[in-house]
Amino acid sequence: MKHETIETNAGWLIALTLIVISIGGLAEIVPLYYMDDTVEEVKVGGIETVRPYTPLELRGRDLYQREGCYLCHSQMIRPFRDEALRYGHYSLAAESKFDHPFQWGSKRTGPDLARVGKKYSNQWHVQHLVKPRSVVRESIMPNYPWLLEDDLKYKDIADRLRALKKVGVPYSETKAEFDKNVERFGLDVAKNLDINKAESNLINEALINNYDGDKSNISEMDAMVAYLQVLGTMVDFKKFDDGHFAKFR
Amino acid sequence: MAAAMQQSPQSYNYDIVKIFTIMSLVWGILGMFTGLYIAAELAWPFLNFDTPEITFGRLRPVHTTLVIFGFGGSALFATSYYIVQRTCQVRLWGELMPMYTFWGWQIAVASAAVSYMLGYTQAREYAEMVWPIDILIALTWVAYLVIYVQTLRRRSQPHIYVANWFFIAFILATAILHIVNNMAMPVGLFNLSSYSLQAGVQDAMTQWWYGHNAVGFFLTAAFLGMMYYFVPKQAGRPVYSYRLSIIHFWALVFLYMWVGAHHLHWTALPDWTSTLAATFSILLLLPSWGGMINGIMTLSGAWDRLRSDPVVRFLIVALAFYGMSTFEGPLMSLKSVNALSHYTDWTIGHVHSGALGWVAMVTFGSFYHLIPRLWETTMYSNRLINIHFYLAVTGIILYITALWFAGIGQGWMWRAFDEYGNLAYTFIETVNHLHAPYIMRTFGGLLFVLGIIVMGYNVYMTIRQSRNEKQEFEAKIAAKMAAAQ
Repeated sequence: MKHETIETNAGWLIALTLIVISIGGLAEIVPLYYMDDTVEEVKVGGIETVRPYTPLELRGRDLYQREGCYLCHSQMIRPFRDEALRYGHYSLAAESKFDHPFQWGSKRTGPDLARVGKKYSNQWHVQHLVKPRSVVRESIMPNYPWLLEDDLKYKDIADRLRALKKVGVPYSETKAEFDKNVERFGLDVAKNLDINKAESNLINEALINNYDGDKSNISEMDAMVAYLQVLGTMVDFKKFDDGHFAKFR
Repeated sequence: MAAAMQQSPQSYNYDIVKIFTIMSLVWGILGMFTGLYIAAELAWPFLNFDTPEITFGRLRPVHTTLVIFGFGGSALFATSYYIVQRTCQVRLWGELMPMYTFWGWQIAVASAAVSYMLGYTQAREYAEMVWPIDILIALTWVAYLVIYVQTLRRRSQPHIYVANWFFIAFILATAILHIVNNMAMPVGLFNLSSYSLQAGVQDAMTQWWYGHNAVGFFLTAAFLGMMYYFVPKQAGRPVYSYRLSIIHFWALVFLYMWVGAHHLHWTALPDWTSTLAATFSILLLLPSWGGMINGIMTLSGAWDRLRSDPVVRFLIVALAFYGMSTFEGPLMSLKSVNALSHYTDWTIGHVHSGALGWVAMVTFGSFYHLIPRLWETTMYSNRLINIHFYLAVTGIILYITALWFAGIGQGWMWRAFDEYGNLAYTFIETVNHLHAPYIMRTFGGLLFVLGIIVMGYNVYMTIRQSRNEKQEFEAKIAAKMAAAQ
């Protein structure tokens, strides 16, 4: 075919362009669903340790997105010596397999947060979020005082879990689904994944752990700190041999 | 008279081109000012004022959306609607539908900006719009495609001019990217929140396939379409090589779609994908430079115009920055370089050498060519065009130099070890390093914003001048008619 044919025929131009622009994306995205090594299996004693977020953690994650934290903080540690020293073991694909959307980020104006969970106390996080420069003098992070002042909205929490369930996150609604989660994640985790009890689970977690240090209410801070404290804590690398995860790269 | 040789302007739909042009400048000024403000927030964090709506994290998507979709998008609607009519020598198809694309697009951009400030976002870079806005954009985009194709089909020329190939590829690719990347499950029919269809590694791949092709098609292919019309027009010379334009068009649209994963080097994305992306990124240098060479060689032989014609100056500098940033891009996509550059301000600097140097400069040049023709007058002030040019160029150079220093410096500091093998710097020490270049970057941004404000004033005065000239002309005619009676 001469190029003249394409130049003089809008139909040809459109059809050929469509074919040419479709190839790259198809070749790179589709196999990621079918190649087994793409997402590692992380099991300890037959139980999957990477689990979906609890209702409170999920609301915290929503707030993390609302404030645009991902624009300055990555959640993806690369396999380099300096990053291992600074942040810990490099991130696994499995660790974000329930993340809709992923929050790997693209910029580190602040440090990586993939393994920030349990590194600092709840109190430190509250103080740091409200007034970062009172903890780290030269920090350039904005203050987030409203997280402590504003009550957490959670009336739609069951709808949120249901939406996530529709895109493939194993929250349970029926008895059969619940039992399957018990088998996969153990009883304690499975209870927190029950959509029917989403609201009471959220309230209980906030009251028991009291992340914001104020028992009188459930603030946005409760959810935010709950989320930050779980980041990177789902895989216990001491339970695996050195290099166990290397074959997946 | 040149005017007598072309089809009467009345038969073209210039009104739609005019309103998109004006809105492009309005969004440009607002979006670039927002960029300036958040740059200042990074240098002086008190500027966040403990106010949710204006904190960095919420304003940054406002900046990118207003500039990419508001300024860039409206400029593309304006110029593509102009170019498709001129090169097909036929009036734009439809009357209501083009107006629908105008309002659909403006409402989408405005409501996106407001919704981010209120905290409604999908948290996907450059695709932060919540799902109802995504649907509005998709519908607007389909209308755009229909208008474009229907106009092409009614052309009175046998050939489809090369600029239109790029616009067609841009419209098709953007439709695919937008729809696939924004697949999500809303929390409820009356709830703006949603969760993305994909998760983790597949979601990351899809998002950066989208993200980089927003650059590749929205900010490159489409603006090459603009270049292929306005550069030959302003230079008064034909395109240097038609064959080169064919080769680099097909290579560009094919290769771009593979390169997104270079944003995910060394992450949990499998190695094969990012290696593939790096390979195609290197290959992409060839068609990118094919476009640059074709543009610059079209101007070759008219170099004296650089002295006398400020519009040519904008266009040539745009092409130079296009060449520069499409060289820097493949360099940064090498895994070893990316290990240093990723997560740093070098990336931000790179994006701005493309966005300010190429996208904005070629738009300014094209607008300075287009606006006098739309309003049938001359630009109000050539001196102001020159001032705009020097403000813009100085601003860009300060901006990208500052961020090279910030990014490369921080990258080295992160990976520096002391003699005992410990990390040489704490994280906050590397943040301190950013302070001085952040101030310099803010100053560069300020110059660039001043430039577009000067342009806004110049365009406003041009439109006013056009109205006055028309009134004078009508008064003269009326007087003659009265005298004849």
